[in-house]
Amino acid sequence: MENAPRAFRPRDRARHPVAWFPDYKTSVYRSPRLPLVSLSATRSELTAPLFGQDLIRATDNDLLVNGRVDGDPIGPRIILFGKVLDEDGRPVPNVLIELWQANAAGRYRHVNDTYLAPIDPNFWGVGRTLSEPDGSYRFRTIRPGPYPWRNRVNDWRPAHIHISLWGASLCQRLITQIYFEGDPLLPLCPIYNSIPDPAARERLVARLDMSESLPHDTLAWRFDIVLRGARQTYFENRREGA
Amino acid sequence: MLREIPSQTAGPYVHIGLLPSVAGIPFEPERDWARMIRPGVRGERIRIEGVVFDGTGSPVKDAVLEIWQPDASGRFPGRDPGADPAFSGFGRVAADFGTGLFAFETVKPGRVPTAEGRLQAPHATLLIFARGINIHLHTRIYFEDEAAANAEDPVLALIEQACRRETLLARRELREGLPVYRFDVHIQGPNETVFFDV
Repeated sequence: MENAPRAFRPRDRARHPVAWFPDYKTSVYRSPRLPLVSLSATRSELTAPLFGQDLIRATDNDLLVNGRVDGDPIGPRIILFGKVLDEDGRPVPNVLIELWQANAAGRYRHVNDTYLAPIDPNFWGVGRTLSEPDGSYRFRTIRPGPYPWRNRVNDWRPAHIHISLWGASLCQRLITQIYFEGDPLLPLCPIYNSIPDPAARERLVARLDMSESLPHDTLAWRFDIVLRGARQTYFENRREGA
Repeated sequence: MLREIPSQTAGPYVHIGLLPSVAGIPFEPERDWARMIRPGVRGERIRIEGVVFDGTGSPVKDAVLEIWQPDASGRFPGRDPGADPAFSGFGRVAADFGTGLFAFETVKPGRVPTAEGRLQAPHATLLIFARGINIHLHTRIYFEDEAAANAEDPVLALIEQACRRETLLARRELREGLPVYRFDVHIQGPNETVFFDV
């Protein structure tokens, strides 16, 4: 059993994308029109499902292997790694990180993706892991390709990897996308630009990290994840009911 | 101080990561996140089902939904001592690609106190992810047949317009003996569902 934190700092919505962003057409009819109702978290929000190691198999974080049929997936081999921290810089262990992405040609392994680029028979594009006690995480995969999407007539998504995060509290629940440093499609992307604050946007860009790259094998990209932090209280370390 | 990283839409291919079987990937074919109960579960077995509607009144057929709720006695699995071991508390489902219908197999949740010790009415938290939703929507499912508890619920009381509280009430019917609660979500429109900032 784990105690849940007592309270979280408010989510700063100015650093998140706006819900109604006309350049991203679908958001126009999938965004609430009325204000959100502000709620001080109760135990219903301070808790979260407890995901354990029993959920994770050895190859779940290795996308070069987990969808393999008769060969390696096509595309640049990469390591995606980093730490999960809270807003106070403390490592957050046991965060369920689920990941999905297109293949090197920009095609998803999904029944609804009809882009003409080819499926890679050796690549699923799905992975998951739990962050370590020091907050670290690591995936091995291929670098996804950019792809066109039906929005404005010639919109293309920059290369990106989707991640879903389940921390110790529902307050930390987050789904986002990781981009790659130097991608010329980034400033053109309405989804990226739905985040009004350029500094916040930049936080979604992974950086090339030569120190973790494996010579003659795999380039590494670093992406640190920051989840909401607990508000400090005098009784932070006291057990429930103590 | 560091700052929480920003959200981005889960996109149309969210199923690959969260429900690979729905996308057509045999990553974990045996997993059924819709079924939150195992044999011997305590409390009243129920189904919660519904459709998410967009601002044009059309079903959001690519949505993924997550529920988190306590067991029948108000304890959260994995978090509270004595929680029902036959209950997961967590559900994750995809809207049907053809109709938009989603469904969870669960139990009627028990009551959970606020930090001040006031009892909340039975409820489940519902999170909604989809293409076009830039940051997930967070709402609560209450139950229409809990009128007395709903009337004293401190969170429902936060909603200024009483008519808007109705958008959080799931409607009960019996189907072949199983209680089915219908909970439709309206992202916009005259019946716009109440969404929370927590």
